[in-house]
Amino acid sequence: MAKNTDKNSYTIIFAIVMVVVVGSLLAGVAQGLKSKITLNERYEKMQNILYAMGVNDNEGEGDVTFVPTDKVEETFHKYIKQQLVIQGDDVTENDEAYLIDLKKEETKAKDSNYKRRLPLFIGEKDGETIYVIPMRGKGLWDAIWGFVALDKSFTVQGVFFDHKGETPGLGAEIKQRYFMDDFKGEAILDNDVFKGITVAKGNNDPINENKMDNKVDAIAGATITGNGVTAMIKKDVRMYLPYLKSLNN
Amino acid sequence: MGLLSKKDSKLILDPLADNNPITIQVLGICSALAITAQLKASIVMAISVMAVLGIGNVVISLMRNIIPSKIRIIVQLVVVAALVIIVDQILKAFAYSLSKELSVFIGLIITNCIIMGRFEAFALGNGPWRSFLDGIGNAAGYGLILIIVGFFRELLGSGTLLGFQVLGDPIQKTGLYAIGYENNGFMLLSPMALIIVGLIIWVQRAKNKDLIEE
Repeated sequence: MAKNTDKNSYTIIFAIVMVVVVGSLLAGVAQGLKSKITLNERYEKMQNILYAMGVNDNEGEGDVTFVPTDKVEETFHKYIKQQLVIQGDDVTENDEAYLIDLKKEETKAKDSNYKRRLPLFIGEKDGETIYVIPMRGKGLWDAIWGFVALDKSFTVQGVFFDHKGETPGLGAEIKQRYFMDDFKGEAILDNDVFKGITVAKGNNDPINENKMDNKVDAIAGATITGNGVTAMIKKDVRMYLPYLKSLNN
Repeated sequence: MGLLSKKDSKLILDPLADNNPITIQVLGICSALAITAQLKASIVMAISVMAVLGIGNVVISLMRNIIPSKIRIIVQLVVVAALVIIVDQILKAFAYSLSKELSVFIGLIITNCIIMGRFEAFALGNGPWRSFLDGIGNAAGYGLILIIVGFFRELLGSGTLLGFQVLGDPIQKTGLYAIGYENNGFMLLSPMALIIVGLIIWVQRAKNKDLIEE
């Protein structure tokens, strides 16, 4: 090659061309796949909500399998009877409540004049009414989020957790079946006082026989992620209590 | 060798042992520590790196004569970042659950020093076919160590392999646990990966004295 690749002008032109080519390539790919990706994300939310209330395709121990994507829309509408948005004292029905972005709501709520919109999903399974509450919090590296399903007596019927970038084998274990199943049957109230559920180390109850202690066994090596889960449940479920209690009266 | 000449097959076989990227070149240690707490994660990372390094090496090699040397590192970064983002987007659109599974790994590939190291050391000076072989070989050598480390960390740390409880149930006290065996929680922490890598290096050099530096 006779080209002089050391010249400044060549370097600058190369950089510009490269940025334009790579930039338009990435933009093109992102634009082309956007609709498919958004659809996948919607299905995922539905699958997560259903999973929390115990509607899933789990087979055997340790398996976490969602309702298949081709059936999720139909199943979602079969089990979820109402989607509510709670905003202060206003409660409205909204069929797209599951699309509310908790992160954006959290940011907006920093302005004290803004009344945060809280999505709540009311489902029915085996004749029981189940309330599914979405949550969002911080893990060790990045965001964690999830859903908790409560029955009328504020007992957990199921949970689902997910994370953006927790350590595989440690914090990432929060989305494993053994961890999520531990929450089933736990009470979030202690004599009518809100306690949430603590992911506790040094728990004398590793098999989780005591369901009234508001505690589940922590994952070794994942203290900060575990604390994040505890904090997330405390912070987000608390906001729904006034409404849920008003339903019971 | 029918398919590959002797020189070419050396490109693939060398990095598996005598010129292993982790134990000899000491590249890619960071991800070897971070993600080897489970065997499955190690395998997934090994495959992902193989795909990116194979393709990336070819792309860089094709561009080797037109890349200005002053900004070659930036060009390499752009190539690997663009590749990784495209792969990530395609996975999100067509294999969503797989992309959830891979989550952090995709991002980690960009920062993997083996990739930049091979671009710089090999692809910039060699043709596409040889660069491709070099990429596959090095990724395989890297993956091999990852899988060995992941195997021991998951087995000794959690008592499982690929998620299956091979040593019995630690809570119900069955299998090995019935006679008082306990999982070693240290194995789940990154420093133990470094110790295992150290042991591998020790074994390797004890067997092949040529590898010992003066």
